Amino acid sequence: MDAKYLLLRHREIPDINRLEVYRQHGGYQAFHKAVTAMTPAEVTAVVKASGLRGRGGAGFPTGLKWSFIDAHKWPHYVVANADESEPGTFKDREIMEGNPYQFLEGVAIAAYAIQANAAYIYLRGEFWQLAGQLDQRIAELEATGLLGDQLFGTDYSLRMYTHLGAGAYICGEETALLESMEGKLGQPRLRPPFPPSFGLYGKPTVVNNVETLANVPLIVERGADWYRTFGTEKSTGVKIFSLSGCVNKPGNYELPLGATFRELIFEHGGGIPGGREIKAIMPAGASSSLIVANQEALDTPMDYESVPNVGAALGSASVIVIDDSVSVPWLIRKTIHFFKHESCGKCTPCREGTYWMMHLTERIDSGQAGWEDVELLREVASQVRGKCLCALGEFSIEAVLSGIERFQSDFEARVQSKQIEGEPEPQAAG
Amino acid sequence: MSTLAENYPGEIKSILAKYPPDQKRSAVMALIYLAQREGGYVTKQALREIAEICEISTTDVASLVGFYSLYYDQPGGKYRLQVCTDLPCALRGAEQFLENLCENLGIKVGETTADGLLTVEHVMCLAACDKAPMFQVQSGEGLAYYENQTAESALELVGRLRRREAGKDGR
Repeated sequence: MDAKYLLLRHREIPDINRLEVYRQHGGYQAFHKAVTAMTPAEVTAVVKASGLRGRGGAGFPTGLKWSFIDAHKWPHYVVANADESEPGTFKDREIMEGNPYQFLEGVAIAAYAIQANAAYIYLRGEFWQLAGQLDQRIAELEATGLLGDQLFGTDYSLRMYTHLGAGAYICGEETALLESMEGKLGQPRLRPPFPPSFGLYGKPTVVNNVETLANVPLIVERGADWYRTFGTEKSTGVKIFSLSGCVNKPGNYELPLGATFRELIFEHGGGIPGGREIKAIMPAGASSSLIVANQEALDTPMDYESVPNVGAALGSASVIVIDDSVSVPWLIRKTIHFFKHESCGKCTPCREGTYWMMHLTERIDSGQAGWEDVELLREVASQVRGKCLCALGEFSIEAVLSGIERFQSDFEARVQSKQIEGEPEPQAAG
Repeated sequence: MSTLAENYPGEIKSILAKYPPDQKRSAVMALIYLAQREGGYVTKQALREIAEICEISTTDVASLVGFYSLYYDQPGGKYRLQVCTDLPCALRGAEQFLENLCENLGIKVGETTADGLLTVEHVMCLAACDKAPMFQVQSGEGLAYYENQTAESALELVGRLRRREAGKDGR
């Protein structure tokens, strides 16, 4: 297997977004093999053995998730999470545009593995055109006998549908996504029960990210041992790193898990523009802690185990590069503004906390605040931690707390600018 | 005013067919898009009609229109130019781009041009961070992305949209 890409194969194989080309390159052999020659449990077992972990950000073992499906309640559903909305993440869109059938085959195999007869693809509303393309491809698959009733002469039937969201980051959270699919406000559910026992319409459901599912056909076709030759022992396989921010060549880079930040940013991304220096890295998009971009950080392998050693999480591997022209108070003002806008309003600490933090970061960034406001910001952020139903609240404070802790001088400079201007002391907050 | 059922019987049927017969409520999101197709926003009458189709209350439908950012309960420009200025885009000059665009159009963010053609809005991340500055254009017909933009390229698009509308009027 000399191919450079496992997922972004359209970069090597022209027209792989046409079904006949995809099939010429082995497409749908894995689904055929699964349905005709493997039991659902065998399919789940090979995915489990491959070590594949969820690529949406949580990194939960995919096969394990499938194995949790409640076999006493029917029907089962698969929902592909194509809500891609994390600032800095733009990989699923490229897969669905460039190599769509590999993703759709992955959805089909997942559905077979949990014996679902219906699968939904939940796309963010902004992927309107993409949803239209997928609808056409699904119709084509039905016409070709790769979707529909009694597939390959077996008893197994599968239908697939797209479902468009309408602009809500929170719907990337799997239970909020399910609520939204049911025609409700996209607000997370209290868990447990988790979707494999209580999912769409209260039925057992597996929700997987697009990139996760795109790995599945290759794993089923070539086996777990083959897949484990990529990546590290605990973080197996390849990952699409979405590289953005202050970098010469932003874009998606498919690399084995365990490649270093230095490789991604300097070898592939062409380094920092304008002769400036790298200052910080956000490895998981706007949800990320800020890593100080020193030599140790740059040489850190990008895998689920190593990134925490430098004080962040790999998440969806949306690497935002920050150079030394960027002030951290400005940066957290941007991220907090995002989370304030996207908070679904269900949990008070997130709804009120992001609102409060937005006002504080605006004051601090515009040089109208004193150090006590920075302390207050830290306090508010700390109070949000661990008190929300879903991770959004948690995500909102990562850049704030790490920013204040690791880039204190940036905040001191902003507070100083207030003293220099001699503005009156702000009223006590709250 | 004609109803959704009169205008889009086929569309409504195929939307409902995606979901189990006892889960009509799932169709609500697609039906709101359908209601926006003509005027770019959801009328009170459409709210009531969607509620009836989905067998839920009008308030439920209205709350969804309020919750999701691609739905509108007020008319705006025929085309909504929605610029992302989130962190990755901002690091590639999106804020300056938005400012230039608004200056050239003579409106502020959130406002509509005098001819009613364009509303410029600032929106959250659109998953195109490597191709900033970028925006999407939302209209009744759907959504389209415009990436790696400059003020010039955006104004060119505005010119095309203006000519297109003028052409429609002349028919």
